[in-house]
Amino acid sequence: MREFPCLGFLCEPIELSIENLNHITPYGKQGYKMKVFMLGWEFPPFISGGLGTACYGLTKAMSQAGTEITFVLPTLTDGGSVDYMKILNAEGVSSSENTEFKNVRFITVTSPLKPYLSSQTRKFFAKNEKKCEKICSFDSNFSKNEQNYGENIYEQVNKYAEKVSQIADVESFDVVHSHDWMTFPAGVAAAQNSGKPLVVHVHSTEFDRSGENINQTIYDIERQGMYEAQKIVAVSNYTRNMIINRYGVEPDKITVVHNGIENDDNFTPEKSIEKLDKIVLFLGRITFQKGPDYFIAAAKKVLEKISNVKFVMAGDGDMMHRMIEYAAELGIGYKVFFTKFLRGANVEKMYRMADLYVMPSVSEPFGIAPLEAVKNNVPVLISKQSGIAEILVNALKVDFWDVNQMANKITAALKHSPLRETLRENSRNETRKFCWGSAASKINEIYKQILTVTG
Amino acid sequence: MASVCFYFQVHQPNRLRDYTIFDSDSNYFDENKNAQICRKVAEKCYLPANSLMLELIRKYKGRFKISYSITGVLLEQLEMYAPEALKSFQELAETGCVEFIAETYYHSLSSLYSEQEFAEQIILHKQAIQRLFGQTPRVFRNTELIYNNDIAEVIGKIGGFSAIITEGVDRILGHRSPNFVYRATGSSDLKLLLKNYRLSDDIAFRFSNHDWSEWPLHAPKFASWVNDVNGCGFVVNLFMDYETFGEHQWESTGIFNFLRHLPQEILKHRDNDFKTPSEVAAAYDDSDVVDVPHTISWADIERDISAWRGNKMQHNALAEIYRLEKTVKDTEDEGIISDWRKLQTSDHFYYMCTKWFADGDVHKYFNPYESPYDSYINFMNVLDNLSSRCRTALCGKQNVLL
Repeated sequence: MREFPCLGFLCEPIELSIENLNHITPYGKQGYKMKVFMLGWEFPPFISGGLGTACYGLTKAMSQAGTEITFVLPTLTDGGSVDYMKILNAEGVSSSENTEFKNVRFITVTSPLKPYLSSQTRKFFAKNEKKCEKICSFDSNFSKNEQNYGENIYEQVNKYAEKVSQIADVESFDVVHSHDWMTFPAGVAAAQNSGKPLVVHVHSTEFDRSGENINQTIYDIERQGMYEAQKIVAVSNYTRNMIINRYGVEPDKITVVHNGIENDDNFTPEKSIEKLDKIVLFLGRITFQKGPDYFIAAAKKVLEKISNVKFVMAGDGDMMHRMIEYAAELGIGYKVFFTKFLRGANVEKMYRMADLYVMPSVSEPFGIAPLEAVKNNVPVLISKQSGIAEILVNALKVDFWDVNQMANKITAALKHSPLRETLRENSRNETRKFCWGSAASKINEIYKQILTVTG
Repeated sequence: MASVCFYFQVHQPNRLRDYTIFDSDSNYFDENKNAQICRKVAEKCYLPANSLMLELIRKYKGRFKISYSITGVLLEQLEMYAPEALKSFQELAETGCVEFIAETYYHSLSSLYSEQEFAEQIILHKQAIQRLFGQTPRVFRNTELIYNNDIAEVIGKIGGFSAIITEGVDRILGHRSPNFVYRATGSSDLKLLLKNYRLSDDIAFRFSNHDWSEWPLHAPKFASWVNDVNGCGFVVNLFMDYETFGEHQWESTGIFNFLRHLPQEILKHRDNDFKTPSEVAAAYDDSDVVDVPHTISWADIERDISAWRGNKMQHNALAEIYRLEKTVKDTEDEGIISDWRKLQTSDHFYYMCTKWFADGDVHKYFNPYESPYDSYINFMNVLDNLSSRCRTALCGKQNVLL
């Protein structure tokens, strides 16, 4: 087993010892390269949420630890795809990427699958489908008949599964690893066809995305994937409990592997921007899951106590218009600003202006976004209904529904600079310990465990 | 000659209730929780330990002696929530074998911020000891054994004390042993009794630690370590939290049994005896002066004050509360002054410590808050309310004058 320099607390002892495995299977042997058939649905730079970031960090760390990965993902992209292809294509990759991903091979399958399908993005896909297909089809064998994608996403998921299992037929690997529900049917099919074990990796569940009004078909897909899998990886204890309580899965089957973050030692955040008013920042999709309404309700209460503060909601989503109306209704419209989706330099500038970052999520399996804020020197307030709250100790925490406490803590953070400074310093130091290396080694141990049992 | 000098710290803070910026009443303290904890600790520690001490004192007819420092804030709570425990301390006082030590009534950090407040709180505590136990304390111990040369100077000025109790920190002692009596810098007669932290912590912290090479610790073994001091020291200062007995070390660890057999084992050696702190100060000459320019305490491995003043929140909260001193006292409002003083109890600042937070450490065990940030926010909300009460009270006074 390879040692990582920063295992820290993320690493819990794994019961099976490697010495035992050596006699039974080749997988534990020194120098044996585990081969993984990995199914994801997004990968940087084309991401809409934390999943792509997580897949990137994880595969990179696994590759560096010597695991061989064939990463299959649906693609449908607009401009900028030239860079993308560079990563995908083993030839002509820039040297740093080449070493970081030296054990990863990418196969793309043209498909309009997207985890968070809004009406707008759907329109965008419909419009660009033809063009994207032309650019991105990696293997022409599997891109026939693709013009006829219907509106039905389940049909697409199944079509995708079919194509992936065709790829699986010609690939050789030890284990199938599926990220989130859209690839679960593909993972199940690939595992069945190949007779190899399946690991499903749960980054979010239907309950996180939809609350109690779940989509039954998606729930069924998720549940089936969980049942077919030999092992389930959950990104937090929060998600693990959700899988146990809502999907009725055996607790022993689920292992928690917290996400890491990409630590860039050369990165130093720019100096914060001086301004008259304090700024409280919400940055993320303005959807049910992210709790934007609690943010606005808290803003109303904060403004009862202090006036020199602005609330910024940076992001897009199906609840945005309702939120604009809600703020107006509460009479604080002039204090709440909607920037829509921010990109690149604007995001960075936003962080430089913010005095506090708030993530009031109703249900957040992990929640990588607050770590970005921490990296940019912004203290954070996070909801306890999140995976990140389990591991980040140097943060303010509230139950998302407790608007009073949320307002209380926001007010305190704005009033007392020593609180902001202590949070800032300690959280930055703390997050330096959250690395992908330990996540990768935990997952490697999971592979070894199931291969010992099944192999 | 080796004298064993037992000194026990007895303290419980007044914990705050959850107090948000939207609260505006002046009920800052969590009466239910404080009552509950006070009763629990009385039951698990104070009552059984006191009864054992009384038994031992009677059995050894004046040869077994101990000393206590009970904070004013705990005395108040005992009177309210566990009067039978207070009574058992009074019974101990009547034996004549128990000495009561003085400290700041509110277990505060005032020694670091306000000489006047510091002196006032010591006097308040002295009065409480006189009233409840019929003795006048002659030895002083500061909150968490916090000590430096300046504090010694102030104690000298206040007068009436023969010795100060503090930690036998290696960096102030150098090659010297804590088993001698020392003298404070700049004083001709103020002695220093220094904690033998190795032997004290063997009981207070390591007693039930199965990984410790000396586990299990029995009275004969401990007595043999004390005997080893004969010829190279006069006194073994065993200073610890009283809650060690039954609360930090549960009864099931055998801690009470250990204590029950200890006097007998110690007194087996004819050169050994038990002395109270003022007896130690009277019996032995000081062997040297100990210079302490930088503040020490008995906390954590650092044995400094970083547990209470290690981050910006702690600095800020402390600075803010002592900045209010004049305003608070000007109101001449007993309720305001008493609340302000209860807020000075060092525990409130200890809860804000972030030193070991990420490692999930012993600090957590004593902390009623989920995080140090929550404790700071709560404290500052209360302080904010107290400050507005002062303004109202002062306005009222002005109006009366006009």
